[in-house]
Amino acid sequence: MRLIPFVSAVFAALLLLQMPLASAKEALPLAEDPVLEKKVNEIAAELRCLVCQNQTIADSHADLAIDLKNQVRDMVRAGKTREEIVDYMVQRYGDFVRYRPPVKSTTYLLWAGPFLLLFLGVMVLMMNLKKRRQLVDAQSAELSAEERERLAQLLKSEEENTKS
Amino acid sequence: MRFVVPLGIFAVIVGFLWVGLSLNPREVPSPFIDKPAPDFSLPQLHDPQKTFSNKDMLGKVWMLNVWASWCVACRQEHPLLVQMRRAKLFPVVGLNYKDAREDALHWLREDGDPYVLSVMDSKGNVGIDYGVYGVPESFVIDKQGVIRHKVIGPLGPAELQDCVIPLVRELEQAGPQSQISDEVKKACA
Repeated sequence: MRLIPFVSAVFAALLLLQMPLASAKEALPLAEDPVLEKKVNEIAAELRCLVCQNQTIADSHADLAIDLKNQVRDMVRAGKTREEIVDYMVQRYGDFVRYRPPVKSTTYLLWAGPFLLLFLGVMVLMMNLKKRRQLVDAQSAELSAEERERLAQLLKSEEENTKS
Repeated sequence: MRFVVPLGIFAVIVGFLWVGLSLNPREVPSPFIDKPAPDFSLPQLHDPQKTFSNKDMLGKVWMLNVWASWCVACRQEHPLLVQMRRAKLFPVVGLNYKDAREDALHWLREDGDPYVLSVMDSKGNVGIDYGVYGVPESFVIDKQGVIRHKVIGPLGPAELQDCVIPLVRELEQAGPQSQISDEVKKACA
């Protein structure tokens, strides 16, 4: 029975020990300078995280993305321009690091591809429409004498039917 | 006849997807191939009083292997590196990336030390300079200090036999201007 206060004291001590550890993970570095942080985020949104490739380093929580974002922050603080920072990353990680690929000989197809497909689609559509119009025109051509006679007969019999 | 065109388009799409499946999206072409290895000078893992620089290796063909004790794929690669050390193939320098010194030393004591020496990149700055994004990574660096090949992910026995060893042998023979033979280029592609 004497043990219970002792045990609860130990528990309380353990809880107290845990608390700073648990909260340490939550405290992310706060932006001391919102203007700087805005610029950092803008640049980070241009850069791909190579660990989780469909995210920018602004979105990603991968260790590498955090390191790179810190690197961007240091460089912005040191007065580097956006181009200088992007160049720095491209030198190390290649063009793939840019979320907007540059226009150059190897990426022409990438940039022109959607327009090419659109053009092809419009061409196919036009051809189909033309073919259909020709079909309609061919069907609605002048009636032959025989057909006209038959039409007259049909109309006549229709007239008689309605009269009676 | 009506089905020929849709079937053709379908076949093309299947072809593209088939090729796409066999590509590895993690292998991003490195912008470092045939460029000088970025300079660094870092404290050594076993003796932090001493530093090591990539320039210390000028005149030798060597490998820089990025590793960490927290890296699971490094465990997969490790036995092969230890074998390479035993076979005295070529010097391998370890870049201990964002690791705690005690953990790194413990791992080398337990599983063997395949490195002539390791350096500590505790903040990961040198890692950024080398464009490291997936540990382990290995760089083959020639006598002039130029990066000639990069392995992303664990080095396997096939790549070692077919690409890395022949490449290192050729680079050891090579003069400053000589080219790598087409066979080795093909094996390393």
